[in-house]
Amino acid sequence: MAASMRLLVRRVLRLSHRNINVAAAGGSGRSGCCSGSSSCRCFSDATGDRSTHFGFETVPETEKAKRVYKVFENVAQKYDVMNDAMSLGIHRVWKDMLLHAMHPQPGVRLLDVAGGTGDIAFRFLEYVQSQQERQKRRAARSTQTPSWQDISTNYSTEDKDGPQESKAVVCDINKEMLKVGKQKADSMGVSAGLSWVVGDAEELPFDDDQFDIYTIAFGIRNVTHIDQALQEALRVLKPGGRFMCLEFSKVTNPVLARLYDTYSFQMIPVLGEVIAGDWKSYQYLVESIRKFPDQEEFKGMIEDAGFYCVHYHNLTGGVVALHSGFKL
Amino acid sequence: MVVLSGGRFTVCVHQLHSSPGFTDSCYDGLYPGHIQTTPIQKALLAVGSGVAALQNPYRHDMVAVLGETTGHLALINLRDRMKNDPEGYTILTERPRIRLSTLDLSRMASLPDGSFGREYLRFLEDNHVTPDSRADVKFVDNEELAYVMQRYREVHDLLHTLLGMPTNMLGEVAVKWFEAAQTGLPMCALGAVLGPLRLNSSRLQSLFTSLGPWALQNGRRSRCILSIFYERRWEQNLEDLRQELNIEPPPVILSAANKRST
Repeated sequence: MAASMRLLVRRVLRLSHRNINVAAAGGSGRSGCCSGSSSCRCFSDATGDRSTHFGFETVPETEKAKRVYKVFENVAQKYDVMNDAMSLGIHRVWKDMLLHAMHPQPGVRLLDVAGGTGDIAFRFLEYVQSQQERQKRRAARSTQTPSWQDISTNYSTEDKDGPQESKAVVCDINKEMLKVGKQKADSMGVSAGLSWVVGDAEELPFDDDQFDIYTIAFGIRNVTHIDQALQEALRVLKPGGRFMCLEFSKVTNPVLARLYDTYSFQMIPVLGEVIAGDWKSYQYLVESIRKFPDQEEFKGMIEDAGFYCVHYHNLTGGVVALHSGFKL
Repeated sequence: MVVLSGGRFTVCVHQLHSSPGFTDSCYDGLYPGHIQTTPIQKALLAVGSGVAALQNPYRHDMVAVLGETTGHLALINLRDRMKNDPEGYTILTERPRIRLSTLDLSRMASLPDGSFGREYLRFLEDNHVTPDSRADVKFVDNEELAYVMQRYREVHDLLHTLLGMPTNMLGEVAVKWFEAAQTGLPMCALGAVLGPLRLNSSRLQSLFTSLGPWALQNGRRSRCILSIFYERRWEQNLEDLRQELNIEPPPVILSAANKRST
């Protein structure tokens, strides 16, 4: 009861805060920079375009989506190779941990937003399949000495695997990334229960109350309006559905933070240039990580969107955080 | 108009009909395409690009990055040589660029055979290359040196014409030996040393007995090839130009017919 009151109060405060900001921007005809980077001054059109951050640059909001699209268009082909190179393969562990926390059961519907090359969706299908096999084995063990009657009823119920089938929908705004994902699926021979949809996280092309689980892995920091993406997530989830987000976050340990920063800024753009032939996209990547809110602030944003029981876990000392919330 | 954003210095050139987005004519750094790098990053780039170029020699962008990150001293030397030469000095001030858009191809095609322009065009056609395929300079932290590097890249094809070398492996290695002797760029030296590893024995023999020594000698004694305003010499006879630059004609006539075979 107290938690929901707190949520309500926060939401009211946030809305009023937003109204004040909009009024100020409209009144002066010039917009300020968001994210509190006090050292920047920017001139915008007289129409009062709001501006936002693109890495450490400041760009009009309308620009950001286009530039992010271009970044991922350029890196799509080498995306997986670069992930392995930059994180030394650790990104696979992070994604596996997401799946373990999710613990999906057969019959569950997943929406993976900004799913691009399909890493989460593939892992989801694999996990669910192994869960299904586990269940079958358990069922087989429990019927140790079946009578002929039991055996005949078992044969007839095996056809009922249909409704148990899980579906994963991979949604991404970028067609190149989806293309790469589809190619991967084809080469792996995975096609059942998998769909590829072009869509914007701020405006999902799905009805309300459709999915049991919504995931967004390393994608939400590229969205221009994170709060809109969170609201869309709430909308498309079924009641009782779970929101899960893997994202780079703030490292708490100062020594690790220094090492991480040095590695990020010195090594990663170089890797981008050598492996993918694209320095600037990976410079954007490391800068965008710094601009993303920290664990607590993001938790607050998720709560403001209307999720309950919001928690986060730090992975690798805070390099990555796994946030989770429920729609009740 | 200069915009300060997030602590980075960005130069923006506004056109008459400026658009709200500051994208196309904006650049960070000292020249369009310049990317600021720390010494550590340059070192990492040099190693990484070297490895990448060795693994896949068709990655011309990696060869370019290797050249940029290792060539600082050689570029200074080249720039000073250009400054001391009157024609080279003109090039440094006027900054000509060799691109399809700046070349008058129809006029060059109408030039007599044996003229530099006609032979250059013939070279481009026979070897199916275009002057527009050169990567832009990114990691040189001095605007003038960046131009010298760019000029070196763009002059490479003209050098093929001057030396009479096609773009197959043997021809490229011969040109690299010449360039290594001329410019002292570490990337050329590396290419000169590693290039022969991909040649078969008969070509290796040809390289070591006649082509190689010729390329090295001429590289050393020739006038600085970056100091020549090629764009104003299309009508000049090729042999005359060679004599002026102190380059002997090639000892072996190589044909472009066997392109892409070692």
